[in-house]
Amino acid sequence: MNIMSEAAVEKALDQKMNTVPYKMIGKDVSVYYGEKRALFDVNLNIRENTVTALIGPSGCGKSTFLRTLNRMNDTIENCRVTGKITLDEDDIYDPTIDVVELRARVGMVFQKPNPFPKSIYDNVAYGPRIHGLARTKSEFDDVVETSLQKAGLWNEVKDRLQEPGTGLSGGQQQRLCIARAVAVSPEVILMDEPCSALDPIATAKVEELIHELRTNFTIVIVTHSMQQAARVSQRTAMFHLGNLVEENDTDKMFTNPDDQRTQDYIMGRFG
Amino acid sequence: MSMHIMSAYDEELKYLTRRISEMGGIAEQMVGESVRALVNSDLALAQKVISDDTILDEAERQIGEKAIITIAKRQPVAADLREIMGSIRIASDLERVGDLGKNNAKRVIAVAGSGIPRKLARGLEHLAELALVQLKEVLDVYASRSPEKANSIRERDEEIDAIYTSLFRELLTYMMEDPRNITPCTHLLFCAKNIERIGDHATNIAETIYYMATGAQPEGERPKDDNTSTLGAVKD
Repeated sequence: MNIMSEAAVEKALDQKMNTVPYKMIGKDVSVYYGEKRALFDVNLNIRENTVTALIGPSGCGKSTFLRTLNRMNDTIENCRVTGKITLDEDDIYDPTIDVVELRARVGMVFQKPNPFPKSIYDNVAYGPRIHGLARTKSEFDDVVETSLQKAGLWNEVKDRLQEPGTGLSGGQQQRLCIARAVAVSPEVILMDEPCSALDPIATAKVEELIHELRTNFTIVIVTHSMQQAARVSQRTAMFHLGNLVEENDTDKMFTNPDDQRTQDYIMGRFG
Repeated sequence: MSMHIMSAYDEELKYLTRRISEMGGIAEQMVGESVRALVNSDLALAQKVISDDTILDEAERQIGEKAIITIAKRQPVAADLREIMGSIRIASDLERVGDLGKNNAKRVIAVAGSGIPRKLARGLEHLAELALVQLKEVLDVYASRSPEKANSIRERDEEIDAIYTSLFRELLTYMMEDPRNITPCTHLLFCAKNIERIGDHATNIAETIYYMATGAQPEGERPKDDNTSTLGAVKD
């Protein structure tokens, strides 16, 4: 058996950031909403088992880019994506790709916690059920328990799994949504400002969770909080007016960024 | 650099810059006066230098406190963070410069009236002049934040080291000539060492400014020409 301790894994990941393979590759990605162009030839690669933070002022295209990664933009009328995005070797915009299956591989957590109006148990069991990942009662029990454990929620809800998910606190609801995303064993988890509706304690719990999830998943997070990007990510990408301005190691980005626009933005200055 | 969206943040950073410049001015003055007191055996001036040191101590404390509060409130990053961390470091270097000036001033009493040879005093004065130029220039660079100039100051520390080494030899010679010279010469030796240390602090400050401006540490070893640590050692 060759199991590295969590700290060792983390250290290795930090040291070998430049050798970490890419999980997703975005090449010349442009997005149009009707006539309006929202993204300009973005080349951004997402490294495996890494938290990549997307930052930038409102309307810079960071959420738009995030949503191209699991084709969430498909649901928006008039939205057109050009360029190429691959997940491992698969072109995710290939017409033969099954979008439902893609979104099982690339899960998403939204800004506002949005549990289904069902029990806590059913919220988590929903994904495995529609994707046929569990069949028997005990298989479902298993996946619900491990998912809630991974989301750091199990101890708080194990005695009330049949209560409605909407009855939980905001922070718990968000962790329930993370458990729901984790339940279908995705490879990548996209998070669109997952903490913006949470108080500092709930935020800290979600951040701790993101930190732990990194061992098993690749995470891309959009955040308006510079400090959050600095705290949770290993790589940071800065967007501005639809362009990718800079992508760098987070440590470098927050001590000595290369681009003046990044510098001004993270320091809260105006150019 | 562009302004912060929150103007109070700019005010806090300006406060740090202003206080550092003030400290620099006082430190410079103390060093100059301490050497003058030494050369002229001016006890009153020496006393003034000794009491001025508390101003620097207090200023360093205030800068430290302001820096901590700013970090807590603003969570500075990138150039802002380097600016604040740099302020703390520079304030502590300047405080040390003040201490060294004060130490020289204290030795005035011991050395006064012992009839230091004019030549030795001139040597010390020359060393102090160089250190003061170094200090003055580094404070100018602090205002301009030019990494190139910061680097050139760093390279000039060698000159001070060389003069210090020759002064060291000279003092040893005097001590060997007449044992009655040992007490005053030992004090002068400490004074010279203090002044050499002031040059080192100026160099530290230059390196800090370089880091504040560029985010990178200056490259290569610091040039050194201080051989006194091994002087007199038996060579094979």
